[in-house]
Amino acid sequence: MKLLLENAHIEGIRYYEAYRKNGGYRSVEKALKMTPEEIVEEVKKSGLRGRGGAGFPTGMKWSFLAKPEGVPRHLVCNADESEPGTFKDRYLMEFLPHLLIEGLIVSSFALGSNATYIYIRGEYAWIPDILEQAIAEAKNNGWLGKNIQGSGFDCEIYVQRGGGAYICGEETALIESLEGKRGNPRIKPPFPAIAGLWMRPTVVNNVETLAAVVPIINMGGEEYGKLGVGRSTGTKLMSACGNLNKPGVYEIPFDLTVEEFIFSDEYCGGIPNGKRLKACIPGGSSVPILPTNLLLKDSQGNARQMNYESLSEGGFATGSMLGSGGFIVLDEDQCVVRHTMSLAHFYNHESCGQCSPCREGTGWMYKILKSIEYGKGRMEDIDLLWDIQRRIEGNTICPLGDAAAWPVAAAIRHFRDEFEWHVLNPEESQTRNFGLAHYAEPREVVAV
Amino acid sequence: MSEQPNIKVTIDNITIEVAPGTTILEAARQIGGEVAPPTMCYYSKLKGSGGKCRTCLVEVNKGSEKDPRPMPKLVASCRTGVMDGMEVKSMTSEKVIDARKGVTEFLLLNHPLDCPVCDQAGECHLQDLSYENGAATTRYEYDRRTFEPEDIGPHIQLHMNRCIMCFRCVFTADQLTETREHGILDRGDHAKISTCISKALDNDFIGNVIDVCPVGALTDKTFRFKNRVWFTKPVDAHRNCSNPKCCGEARLWMRGEEVYRVTARKDEWGEVATASNGQTGWICDECRFEKKQTSDWTIEGPTKVNRHSVIAQGHYQGKVGTATQPILIDEVIGKRPKLTLDIHKVSEVNKPEIHLSEIEGPAHSDDFK
Repeated sequence: MKLLLENAHIEGIRYYEAYRKNGGYRSVEKALKMTPEEIVEEVKKSGLRGRGGAGFPTGMKWSFLAKPEGVPRHLVCNADESEPGTFKDRYLMEFLPHLLIEGLIVSSFALGSNATYIYIRGEYAWIPDILEQAIAEAKNNGWLGKNIQGSGFDCEIYVQRGGGAYICGEETALIESLEGKRGNPRIKPPFPAIAGLWMRPTVVNNVETLAAVVPIINMGGEEYGKLGVGRSTGTKLMSACGNLNKPGVYEIPFDLTVEEFIFSDEYCGGIPNGKRLKACIPGGSSVPILPTNLLLKDSQGNARQMNYESLSEGGFATGSMLGSGGFIVLDEDQCVVRHTMSLAHFYNHESCGQCSPCREGTGWMYKILKSIEYGKGRMEDIDLLWDIQRRIEGNTICPLGDAAAWPVAAAIRHFRDEFEWHVLNPEESQTRNFGLAHYAEPREVVAV
Repeated sequence: MSEQPNIKVTIDNITIEVAPGTTILEAARQIGGEVAPPTMCYYSKLKGSGGKCRTCLVEVNKGSEKDPRPMPKLVASCRTGVMDGMEVKSMTSEKVIDARKGVTEFLLLNHPLDCPVCDQAGECHLQDLSYENGAATTRYEYDRRTFEPEDIGPHIQLHMNRCIMCFRCVFTADQLTETREHGILDRGDHAKISTCISKALDNDFIGNVIDVCPVGALTDKTFRFKNRVWFTKPVDAHRNCSNPKCCGEARLWMRGEEVYRVTARKDEWGEVATASNGQTGWICDECRFEKKQTSDWTIEGPTKVNRHSVIAQGHYQGKVGTATQPILIDEVIGKRPKLTLDIHKVSEVNKPEIHLSEIEGPAHSDDFK
């Protein structure tokens, strides 16, 4: 069942007429008749969890928003989608801009935000135009501006382009950047719900989260909450990429198995050229990589499903995370060392430089991985890498430190023999890849 | 407004009552001694500082009386407020010690090993930190990061290679001076302190960035390479400064009759101390850079040195000041380490009875004849 991308195939859905004709802005009409508290309650009932990566319940986040008398509140849409492998928000904003605008109006009304911001990634150079056109169309038709549809509620949506920094996807760095400052994450507490944008109470939500508010209001929170599995409710957009026959953005139900998602014709259509599956990062570059045996079945032997709980089954020893839904698939020809190196390079480049473990540690990990990849590594380097990531994780201001540490930790945890092979065969590793080895067989789980 | 009652917090099994709103670090400093976590970026006199270096991480194993859950991660004590009934582990937590070692290693990764030519040596917080928490050798075997030298004016020397990105100097310029001319450029491990256009820092209070810098990244050009700090004698002095913002209370670093350097007075945590008028004892650039004659100052007496052992070494033992006698090695480990080489047996030059601080002017080989 599709909730977000239901109408994505319709010609001209990017523009107001087609969108409205196909049931657009119904949720605003409905929401304006409700009280803001009722909307928050609906979202709470729906069990919607933040789609940006952490999976924090949205309704709860909204109810944390401080409401001091006389202080304006803000809603900020986090469209700074910079995680390697994640491109679901881009698709949503590019093809269904009105869905986001609609979700923003409803959410703004629920939170009492009269000035709502979309902070969009700098590299998405063409999308602000699409969004601004959609905002202008919405405004011309009375869905934005003063006294929306006679309800007495005023709301303006502003689009702000970022400078292209990954760190500005972190909510407090985003707020700093939006204020015109250097995009450094703030030290929490205070959380944005108390003192965010211009020290006013602020909610920062992902694009997909805000878009999901539209079906929640349309069908009711309880109905929405019935979809999915356990605490993973609704549907999720996955952006699949890597060695797949049909990479792209898919809207999936949460009870879909990973195997079906990769191999069925409805979704990714399997691995090209008859290759075999080696590993996969199920939720964007910062979540742990999983080898095939752990990806398809969890440690209990159950088929792994594409939802928050099933993917994280067993913690990081045997599991991963759904994250932001950037599904990266590696076939047997890919080198995990090289892959980890390029991720480490990314995090080294994107570290903001504020706190020492992340600033210094990410560069160090990258240099060590580079030396292993180019045949200059030593056995003790692998242990050193483990030690470095252990000392970065959890000791930094923002989650970027964790995001830099997890991929390295998971690669060593699950693919240590490939690292060792690189060290022991420095020349051979320059000419061929390690291949699949024995990853098809379940391995003993090493406690961390 | 009624006064809120003090709240109880336990740090390393020592319970103390503090005012609400106090941070864990400030509470630990009230206990004092080894319990207080080391800090590289936090500066109690600068608003907004702290949280960045991660050396002050502590473990909270009981959140508060109301919510006794432990905090899941180590927290930066400088930016975390205490709660009633909170239990904190600093020195007594293995996790904290390990994290502190890790942070020390990270800070030293790209820090040049140029202490022998660095003016900050002897009063460098990174030296203290690495002495207490660092490893004997580095595990880093790649080229250290270097920056192009940048001239930031006639009084202040910027050594970007030594910088640990504590942001203190930026806060200082923001909060003490009318205009801030330097800031952080770039991102990640190539982030740097810079004026971007090599403009001289020109402000009557900008010299205070030298005092807040925990390492040798910002040093006094008028003192550069003139002397080692442990050869100079710190003396407290004051003068009637015409600048209304300047407290006029300073510390002169003298050798013989010559004033080598003027700095603000510092407290036991290495921060600029509170002056007698109750305000923070920042001093103006005129006092710092231009008043280098003893006649400019009213001398109060020798400084009490008790933190930076290198400076206390030798000079004041049994004479003045409060430098405490080090605990005898016998008492600590029960045996005295074997002295492998007594320098005075092989060197004619370094005579123990001749005291460097008592020589007028720079030492000369004639002094040791």
